[in-house]
Formats: sequence, structure tokens, C-alpha cells
Amino acid sequence: MATPETVSVSGWGRTAPSTARLIRPRSPEEAVAALEACGERGGIARGLGRAYGDAAQNAGGAVLDMTGMDRIHAIDADAGTVLCDAGVSLHHLMEVLLPLGWFVPVTPGTRYVTVGGAIGTDIHGKNHHGSGSFSRHVMAVELLTADGEVRAVESGTPLFDATAGGMGLTGVILAATLQLQPVETSLMTVDTERATDLDDLMARLTATDHRYRYSVAWIDLLARGASMGRAVLTRGDHAPLDALPPRARRDPLAFRPGRLPAAPDFLPEGLLGRKSVGLFNELWYRKAPRLRVGELQKMSTFFHPLDGVPHWNRVYGRGGFVQYQFVVGYGKEEALRRIVRRISDRGCPSFLAVLKRFGEGDPGWLSFPMPGWTLALDIPANLPGLGVFLDELDEEVAASDGRVYLAKDSRLRPEMLAAMYPRLDDFRALRADLDPRGLFRSDLSRRLAL
Amino acid sequence: MKDAFGTPQSLLVLGGTSEIGLATARRLVARRTRTVWLAGRPSPGLEKAAAGLRELGADVRTVAFDALDSESHEAVLGKIFAEGDIDMVLLAFGILGDQARDEDEPLSAVRVAQTNYTGAVSAGLVCARSLQAQGHGALVVLSSVAGERARRTNFIYGSSKAGLDAFAQGLGDALHGTGVHVMVVRPGFVRSKMTAGLEEAPMATTPEAVAEAIETGLRRRSETVWVPGALRVVMSALRHVPRAVFRRLPV
Repeated sequence: MATPETVSVSGWGRTAPSTARLIRPRSPEEAVAALEACGERGGIARGLGRAYGDAAQNAGGAVLDMTGMDRIHAIDADAGTVLCDAGVSLHHLMEVLLPLGWFVPVTPGTRYVTVGGAIGTDIHGKNHHGSGSFSRHVMAVELLTADGEVRAVESGTPLFDATAGGMGLTGVILAATLQLQPVETSLMTVDTERATDLDDLMARLTATDHRYRYSVAWIDLLARGASMGRAVLTRGDHAPLDALPPRARRDPLAFRPGRLPAAPDFLPEGLLGRKSVGLFNELWYRKAPRLRVGELQKMSTFFHPLDGVPHWNRVYGRGGFVQYQFVVGYGKEEALRRIVRRISDRGCPSFLAVLKRFGEGDPGWLSFPMPGWTLALDIPANLPGLGVFLDELDEEVAASDGRVYLAKDSRLRPEMLAAMYPRLDDFRALRADLDPRGLFRSDLSRRLAL
Repeated sequence: MKDAFGTPQSLLVLGGTSEIGLATARRLVARRTRTVWLAGRPSPGLEKAAAGLRELGADVRTVAFDALDSESHEAVLGKIFAEGDIDMVLLAFGILGDQARDEDEPLSAVRVAQTNYTGAVSAGLVCARSLQAQGHGALVVLSSVAGERARRTNFIYGSSKAGLDAFAQGLGDALHGTGVHVMVVRPGFVRSKMTAGLEEAPMATTPEAVAEAIETGLRRRSETVWVPGALRVVMSALRHVPRAVFRRLPV
């Protein structure tokens, strides 16, 4: 294990950086040693740093870079399970598992997250309405807790449910056993359609979402008036072998995501203003077909379009950006309409806004999903008055018994947390019991008094 | 812990009765700040300032602090940091002095220099060390345009602020990459009790406007903030005016 170096760490949104000692364990033994070296400001595990806010930073303390633990230990190609280190990325899993006819059970909008991070934030994907969150497909984890012990934690136990979505605060996930999704090909059959406004969008999603394994809608939050909430729905499933043209059938499980050059680091702020994003949104909406059925797309195009541009987060410039994602339950459509109208009236330049319907809630105590509508959007952090505006949206969300997503949060008012996460007290009690000295700490846990 | 917009949850104001300091505290309390430490010489004014912030919902504590007593800074400030993270330190103490009297009484001029410069050097360094150990935090230093170029009418105050400004800039560079953000704030003429009775200079501003500029600067992670912003242009022009002309300017 190399001697820790002090580095500046921030989330994917590049706001609020802080410095910490970066320790990169390469084995469970080194992870135990790293824990002992954390010091009085504690430590937190970090994966590939895709959480938008301050979840994987720990000012003045230690950050455990888990990407050094990146081995896949065992694959059961008949049962479709894999045992791997927490630092393995979903990208790597796809590379290894697709040729065997298996796919990750849940993938977010990027492949560049680690298994540990996926469990710690209990990520969801476009298949949440049918398949639930990532942790629902995790059979067990190996968890290094504050007492230095490595525990085998089975799904369905309180410690597992606290760890799933627990933001790394119950311990360091060292390894996990996942249940995989069988696929015949590495292509997707995708139906694309346009929705002319928010009501049309919600109606279309409600009526036919159950027919698709994967469903998401890109929404134009800058559109106003009659076209407010206009959207492009892309929904689909893994293509069966017989859907492929003969040439593609020769290598149906090929996984070759393309990559463009990385975004440069010197882009000015304010590149993404209301005008440029408005133009982008207009073009994006117009270019989408009114209705197209059964198009074959690469997995990377369907699931991870942004992964094609490494460091795409730099387009927001040095000031970074804030990602806001909330969910409000079914029956609270009026609140969703009000929020979309407020965002549209204010002209928040957001080009990565997506709306999705969630299925049943997940067992994780701090898991984000609940049955309802979830909207995610990015906003440049230097937008004047943004802090107050988002606080107002929080009020609206909390009043509708909704919540915001901690993996994306970088600014929530701590007082809002208890209303949004009813099992917060259980989580705090478990942590007080398991980690009385507060060894596991992050900037997020400090900010929100988690 | 600061949020994505650099807004602190805990604030330490050195110079707890400073009008700019309190205007900033009020503004930040309205956003995220819950814990405020007001450090200053014990006085009814300090307690009144604390009460005012408490009414806004903050948890406010006062602590005896004397800028002139550099030897005590380590202990006094160390105790505050020992109670928990301080997300932002606002170095707001300073005295204007009285130019005419100070020219006659060197000792009172020295008091201006010691408060504004020496006191700030020791308090600034002590805070910087604690902030660095935290791995995060902002140190906001109230400088002045008066420090940008010495003027006949207030060069004693101006020179103390010039020293402070240079010190804070250097400290900012020293702390670059440590997670600590040092921000130098250069207001012009601020209408406050410190300047009561003085003839108002052009582009005069208010403590509230300075507070707003500080909040914006935190969000942008600015290193230098002018209040009003146009002073940056004005002062960069004035900096190049020949001495013979500058001496005669009615500023």
C-alpha cells in the first residue's frame, strides 16, 4: 500500500472540493490497515467518483480509493451469479459477463460506477419499475465495519438494509455477490416516441411502461406554454437473438462501446446558458422521431450515451454543476406539474433532464426510490439564486411526501432529511451502535448530520 | 460543512460587532448557517449582536477576543475550533483611526497598524492552521480599496490594509490546494458607524451589499471581491495615475 497522499477531492459535479488523505487498499488486509490509519477525522470509501455531490469526500480525513480492489473472484455462468470486489466497475463486469450471456441486473446512466458505490447509494436504472434497485439483486456483501471485522452480510438482514443506500457510512464494502440478468445479445430493441407536453408524457408512460423492461423519458425543461414538459421517450428491452440481422448474429454478444475524445479541462463557465441549452433541446426534440419501433441500438447508446465523452462534467466549467433528483409518489402528479412549471418558468438551463416512473420501494433504509415519478436535472452551480430556488423545490417535494436523492445531493438543508427519509432514526441508531466513535464519515454525513 | 454554493453551516466572525460582519452573518443565517461564533471584546454591543442573530434562528456564542493581544489568539481560537468544524472565518475586525490625530500621536497610529495588520496576521495564521487541519473552510478577509494605493487623506489606515491585503493574498496562495479558500474582499467606502461623520466617497456602498458580494464570492470561489464590482476597473486605472496627479485628486 502506497503512503497516502493529500489530495483535493470533489464529486462529479465538481462543487465544494475538500482535501483528504487518499489511501488505496489492494486487498482486504490492506483495507483493514487503512481503516486503522484513518485518524480522528475518520474515513469513507470512494469508487469512481460519480456521485455528484460530497458523498465520497472526507475533509481532513481519509478517503479509501476502492478501485484498487478490482478482481472478479467467481462467476457461476449457469446460475448467473458473480462474486467480485467492491472496486470492480460495471463497465468491467459488462466486458466480462456479456460474452457469457449475462448482464448487470441494474445499470445507471453510466457504466463507470463501482459495485461498492452502486450498493452504497443503492442506484436504480431504467428498469426500476420492474426490477427495483441495484441492491435487490445483491445476495450478500462483505462489509468491513468500524471494529475492524469483516462481516458477511446477507440480503434481508438489518445491517444489509442499512448498508444498501447507506452512503458508505456503515462500513467499507469489500466484495459482493450479485444475481445477474440473462441476455441473448448485446443489442437493445428500442421504441422511441415523442410526447408533446407533460400530461401527454405522463399518460404515455403510465399506459405502456409495463410493456418495457427499460423505460426513460428525456424531458425539455426549457419548453414553455403549451409544450411545457415535452419529451422523447426511449423504451426497450434486450434484443432476442432472432431480432438481429444475419451478420450481427455471428457475434451477438459483442461489447464495443465507442469513445470520443475527452472534454477539455479549460472550458469557460456559462457555456451552457439558457440560449445554448434551449437550442440544444429544440434540436434534440425535433431530431427524435415521432414514433419509431424496434430500432436496434448498442447497449452503450441506449444506457450510457454520456460515457462516450470522458469527463463530460467539464462542460460546466470550473464552477461545476448541481444535479437535482427527486421523487414524488403516484397521486402527487399535481406537485410534479408545479415543479416542472417552476423550473420551466425560471428557465433553468438543463439539457440532461429525465423523467421516469419508479416501481415498488426498495428495502434499503436510505434507499431513494419509492413508487412514483422521479425527475433528475443538472443545473450550472453558478446560476444566481439557485440555492434558494432548490430549497423551495425541496419544500414542495417534502410537502408531497417525496424525497431527494442523496447520491446526487450537494446542498440539501439538513432539517429536511427526516421528513424525506422516515427510517433515518433507525439508520442513526444502527450507526451509533455499530460505529460509536464515528469512524465512517464523509462531507455529506457532516453536512446532513447523517 | 459548506454546500455546493460554498454556503457555510458554521461561521466565526472575528470582530463580532463589525457591521459588515453582522450583515454577512445575517445573510448566511438566512441560508444555511446554524452556528455562529462572535469573537470580540466583551461589551453590551457584542451581546446585542448575538441576540439579534439568535432571533434569526442561529445558535450564537460570543467569545472574548482582542485583536491587539496576539499572544492570546492561539488559545482563544483553538478553543473555538476544538468545539467543532468552522466552515468559514470572517476576519472583520479593524479600526479606521483618525488620520489627523494619528499623524500627531504616533502611538495611536501604531494601534491602527497593530489592530488591522499585526492582529490579523496572528489571527489569520492561527485560523489557517485549524482550517487546514479540517481539510476545508473559507477564510474571508475584509481588506479595503484604501490599501490599493495610499492616499494623503488616510494613508495610515490605508497602509495597514495594504499590509493585510498582501498578507491575505499570500496566505491564499500558500493554502491553495489544501481545501481552504482564502477570499480577499475590497470594499470601497461603506456607510456604517465606522465611517459616520466622514464625507462620503464616490461609489459608496453598504454593509448589506458587501455581505451579498461575499455570498456570491463564496459560490464562485473567488479569490478577490470588489464591492461594488466596478471599483476593480476604477482602481486599476487609479493605480497607474502619476504621483503628482494622484496627490491632487480629491479622493
